[in-house]
Amino acid sequence: MLPQDLRYTKEHEWVRIEGDLATVGITDFAAEQLGDVVFVELPEVGRTVAQSAAVGVIESVKAVSDLFAPVSGDVVATNTELATKPELLNSDPYGQGWMLRIRLADRTALDGLLDAAAYEALTRES
Amino acid sequence: MTAPGDRLGPTLFERSRPGRGGGKVPHPPKGALARIPASQLRADGPRLPEVSEPELTRHYVNLSRLNYSVDSGFYPLGSCTMKYNPKIDEWAARLNGFAALHPLAPDDLAQGTLQLLWELEQALAEIGGMQAVTLQPAAGAQGELTGILMTRAYHRSRGEVERTEVLVPDSAHGTNPATASMAGFKTVSIPSAADGGVDVEAFRAALGPRTAAVMITNPSTLGLFEARLGELLAAVHKVGALAYMDGANLNAIMGRFKPGEAGFDVMHFNVHKTFSTPHGGGGPGAGPVGVGEKLLPFLPSPRVLREPDGRFKLEAEGERATSIGRVRAFVGNTGVLVRAYAYIRAHGGSGLCEVSDDAVLAANYLKARLRDVLDVPFDRPCMHEFVASSATLKAQTGIRTLDVAKRLIDYGFHPPTIYFPLTVEEALLIEPTETESIETLDSFVTAIERIVEEAHSDPELLHSAPHNSPVRRLDETMAARQPNLRWQAMTGGQTPCPE
Repeated sequence: MLPQDLRYTKEHEWVRIEGDLATVGITDFAAEQLGDVVFVELPEVGRTVAQSAAVGVIESVKAVSDLFAPVSGDVVATNTELATKPELLNSDPYGQGWMLRIRLADRTALDGLLDAAAYEALTRES
Repeated sequence: MTAPGDRLGPTLFERSRPGRGGGKVPHPPKGALARIPASQLRADGPRLPEVSEPELTRHYVNLSRLNYSVDSGFYPLGSCTMKYNPKIDEWAARLNGFAALHPLAPDDLAQGTLQLLWELEQALAEIGGMQAVTLQPAAGAQGELTGILMTRAYHRSRGEVERTEVLVPDSAHGTNPATASMAGFKTVSIPSAADGGVDVEAFRAALGPRTAAVMITNPSTLGLFEARLGELLAAVHKVGALAYMDGANLNAIMGRFKPGEAGFDVMHFNVHKTFSTPHGGGGPGAGPVGVGEKLLPFLPSPRVLREPDGRFKLEAEGERATSIGRVRAFVGNTGVLVRAYAYIRAHGGSGLCEVSDDAVLAANYLKARLRDVLDVPFDRPCMHEFVASSATLKAQTGIRTLDVAKRLIDYGFHPPTIYFPLTVEEALLIEPTETESIETLDSFVTAIERIVEEAHSDPELLHSAPHNSPVRRLDETMAARQPNLRWQAMTGGQTPCPE
């Protein structure tokens, strides 16, 4: 089930690398744990974000969680559809539920991300 | 709007009929309206409901009958300490000398209240093992902020302005990181250890010259006593930081553990939990803060002082330059403090020990009985509360903690806290408190046992629960995604009164 072509973080986010662009979302596991997502706050386009910094907020019926930048760079796009349809995070986390796109400042940060096998092992532990 | 099948009657707006009313509102004195600028006068009347006094009274009395409260049944809401509030506290708070005292009354006319506040400070200081207490903060969260602002003032007074971080374990109440941020600090979240306790090694690694304070809830939000606290506090002090104790779970440890003696520099008390004052909705609250030697100079002003001749007075404005200043009007919310004082005096020292002993006993009894029914992730002696989980039940039947909680309503119980702490999957945080009898605890266990049976035999019954409550299962997701916060006539016309 877990897309094999994506990279992952311990904070249960996924990253799709295309050239120097990184598209970011939360994993199916995260969405399942959060329950129904009711509100999403995303950073402004143009903002420079540092890896691991809190850049947004995901609010579900159970909890409010931070969204962390998995890589450093400039935010070039955010998924504005989530403002009115936060449920996309639950229904299609790897597709229409994408959250933001970052232009990579530095590719070496990618080395710290998990591959699908490593992430799967992580979710089995928890 | 009222939904079909619900026991809620029509709203006052739906009951409204033009021209119906109760008391007469006096007309403004002659010429008064003319003195108000025309631009400030409204063109049409306020659209208030027009109902008679008996209709109004019945409306609210009938609504109040739908309430569930600790006066009507068991309320094991973990982390909230929903103990029974003795009625004598209410009697004390209503005494005219306290209730009718003007907040600006001179000290000479307020000796009784000042003495009560002074004695309450002494009592709380003794319970907390602290040097002194301020009663000003209006709630636990404001108490936290007061404590951290004093911590900031302490570091600044020593020129240590580079201390910008506050360490908080990931199992903490959300107010802890919020407090640190409000006071201008950066919150550093420290993961819990596998046994649910504080990860002392992770704390050690994060401690340093930038650490202003650590905030620890002990017992933790999992209802566990921090076994390695001494070691942790020694490490905190070694780097020159201060230790804040969130007193949310004080009900477990009164008379058995004094935070100040253990090395905490500052703590707050939740009088609505430990000292049985009303919870939210019961009026203004209070979150007193106790401090050790280091923070004494920074206590909010004005403090209540006792003169050598035994009379009491309030500190004068500006009398103590090191104070962080006022955090609340006057001396705080005295009504609720009178209740806390009455509770403490009615119990006395040995009585308060017994309160904590019985709270811990009740929680351990419930935990032992529920161990065979639900998961109990941290299966060691707990304090005043414990975490259970429906993770296995969910895997077997698809029934979630939410369904179990909703079904408990049908059995006449207020559900425990659910999905908190966040570190436990499908969590139920159960806190019986000392005021419940063994029969009540047993009947709660029986209800959970039946619900687990139903989860296997008739899961749909649980998915659609509650069935016997004033309203059925609420769509919390829809309510959060499309909040409808104001009553509006749905059609513009009147909804017919069903009665």
